[in-house]
Amino acid sequence: MDLSSINPILLLASLMVAATPIMLAAIGELVVERAGVLNLGVEGMMITGAVCGFVVAVGTNSPWLGFAGAAIGGALISMIFGFLTQFLLSNQVATGLALTLFGLGLSALMGQGYIGIKAPAFPDWHIPILGDIPVIGPIVFQHDPMVYVGIALVAAVWAFLRYSRAGLILRAVGENHEAAHALGYHVVRVRMLAIMFGGACAGLGGAYLSLVRVPQWTEGMTAGAGWIALAIVVFASWRPGRLLLGAYLFGGVTVLQLNLQAAGAAIAVEYLSMAPYLATIAVLVIMRAGRAPGSLGQSFHASR
Amino acid sequence: MTTKTLLASAALALGLATGATAQDTTTVGFVYVGPIGDGGWTYEHNKGRLAVEEHFGDAVETVFVESVPEGPDAERVMTQMALQGADLIFTTSFGYMDQTINVAAQFPDVKFEHATGYKRADNVSTYSARFYEGRAVQGHIAGQMTESNIIGYIASYPIPEVIRGINAAYLHAKEVNPDVEFRIIWAYTWFDPAKEAEAANVLIEQGADVILQHTDSTAPQAAAQAAGNVVTFGQASDMAEFAPFPRVSSIIDDWAPYYIARTQAVIDGTWESTDTWDGIGPGMVGIGEITDAVPADIKASAEALIERLRTGEYHAFTGPINRQDGSVWLADGEIADDGTLAGMNFYVEGITAEIPQ
Repeated sequence: MDLSSINPILLLASLMVAATPIMLAAIGELVVERAGVLNLGVEGMMITGAVCGFVVAVGTNSPWLGFAGAAIGGALISMIFGFLTQFLLSNQVATGLALTLFGLGLSALMGQGYIGIKAPAFPDWHIPILGDIPVIGPIVFQHDPMVYVGIALVAAVWAFLRYSRAGLILRAVGENHEAAHALGYHVVRVRMLAIMFGGACAGLGGAYLSLVRVPQWTEGMTAGAGWIALAIVVFASWRPGRLLLGAYLFGGVTVLQLNLQAAGAAIAVEYLSMAPYLATIAVLVIMRAGRAPGSLGQSFHASR
Repeated sequence: MTTKTLLASAALALGLATGATAQDTTTVGFVYVGPIGDGGWTYEHNKGRLAVEEHFGDAVETVFVESVPEGPDAERVMTQMALQGADLIFTTSFGYMDQTINVAAQFPDVKFEHATGYKRADNVSTYSARFYEGRAVQGHIAGQMTESNIIGYIASYPIPEVIRGINAAYLHAKEVNPDVEFRIIWAYTWFDPAKEAEAANVLIEQGADVILQHTDSTAPQAAAQAAGNVVTFGQASDMAEFAPFPRVSSIIDDWAPYYIARTQAVIDGTWESTDTWDGIGPGMVGIGEITDAVPADIKASAEALIERLRTGEYHAFTGPINRQDGSVWLADGEIADDGTLAGMNFYVEGITAEIPQ
């Protein structure tokens, strides 16, 4: 084993990149679940965002417009879920699963003409001054802009839920929709907005895969990342701070296990492969688990 | 991916229901491990399927199910194909081996063809290509192209097929560059672009400037392109969109002639259980154009190697070769027998990694 070939700076830097798609999708789902809606369609929304983002980016030759397109695509497909569950009161679990199936199929169809095409380049930012700090600079301040967008989103969601009036209403709707309704809040409207936000974030996460990390379009390219995002929301007990930690932990151990393999570590590959999942679950479970939003997964209708 | 399979099977059921009315057509089924748009392994099998359709026209109908997981699910897909009237079924991944044998036992009148496996029955043939000949050429070029002397290898599953490829590439890289070192990552997937990209990036970070892949997507090519100075080779398909650099050559699987011949045999009633293992010579393994990014002298020696492999003058596993533990595998001038190659489960001397058990 030759551990000296692992460069810790590059390792930590690639950790931030590896965590970003999961983090983006998870922070959106966190808001959805805090509003009391369980949307299991994250995988479907991610892959739809991945293909929408890719199509727009190739068409306009602008990765930024691609990300915008991915967010819109993710939000649109999530509105199908929103309409079915909020207005037609369909079962959220079944509808969410259906959304995943639909998203996988739809994305394969939309991506037909885009296989083997390259995405426009999305260069890394080398932030002046900060990027030149030894050690910390290359780890934290020399990434592509979406890494920072992801962190900013997590911070914004945290502040929104904790300090803003709208965040309080969203949490009230998620904790007890009957009470929120009695106070005069529009439960369905709040939930629709949350679902759309969740869809847009999942779309961004998917587009991060198709535009930055891979970067090209292939069918089924999210390969389960949406499910991991869902799991991280639960294990992070619906708190943005822990979600950030969970995503980085997962990304970090994923990168570390590949590094250990390449360095020829004398650990069975099977254990290394399961390490990201085990480590993430273990740490997030050990930290005292929180309580799920009170109305999570329940349908609401004003007449009841 | 189970979910996608369900959808695909439903579509298959519809397709076969309409096909079953025409009695005189021969139906050929294909079970794919990845999506037909993967740009690699499954893409080439599907090209073979399309060639069958074109060759036979209305006399043959083809059906396929893509992204079928290796395991019990595959058995269900094959059973359904057989039940709904397929006369010949190609199962195109190593992991379908036991499933193919199981289903074939239940449908003695249906012919099965399993790619890259080693279990046969009266109605089960196996076929594979000697990809290791292509790997030898890759190793030959890679050993001379590397400046860091570190070659990264993205492997899929620890099965003989993949291990053989690693050995062939290593032996021929070592032959031209004694200082060469292989770093191997087992991805445990045939197709996961994000994971493949991650593996490629890790190998590049650890100093590899040549990446060989035995996974099916083009993600490692894209990662190498982003890094700028890393050489890659197309896997299973030409991956020419990344030529002339980073992709400097490729292994191309050409299944079309075999698929057409076997379909013809079913139509003629001459089909028999066989074991086909063809290489560069019969054309089942093609070597994609070596681009100008490779210096002329290296290109010339690589082409000479291809020619020697093609004519059979040279075998990619010719002694002296020792096993990893130092024991003798092949004496000087001895040529590996197909049995050992087909079940290869050891590294050759010089590779420092260990095969996951």
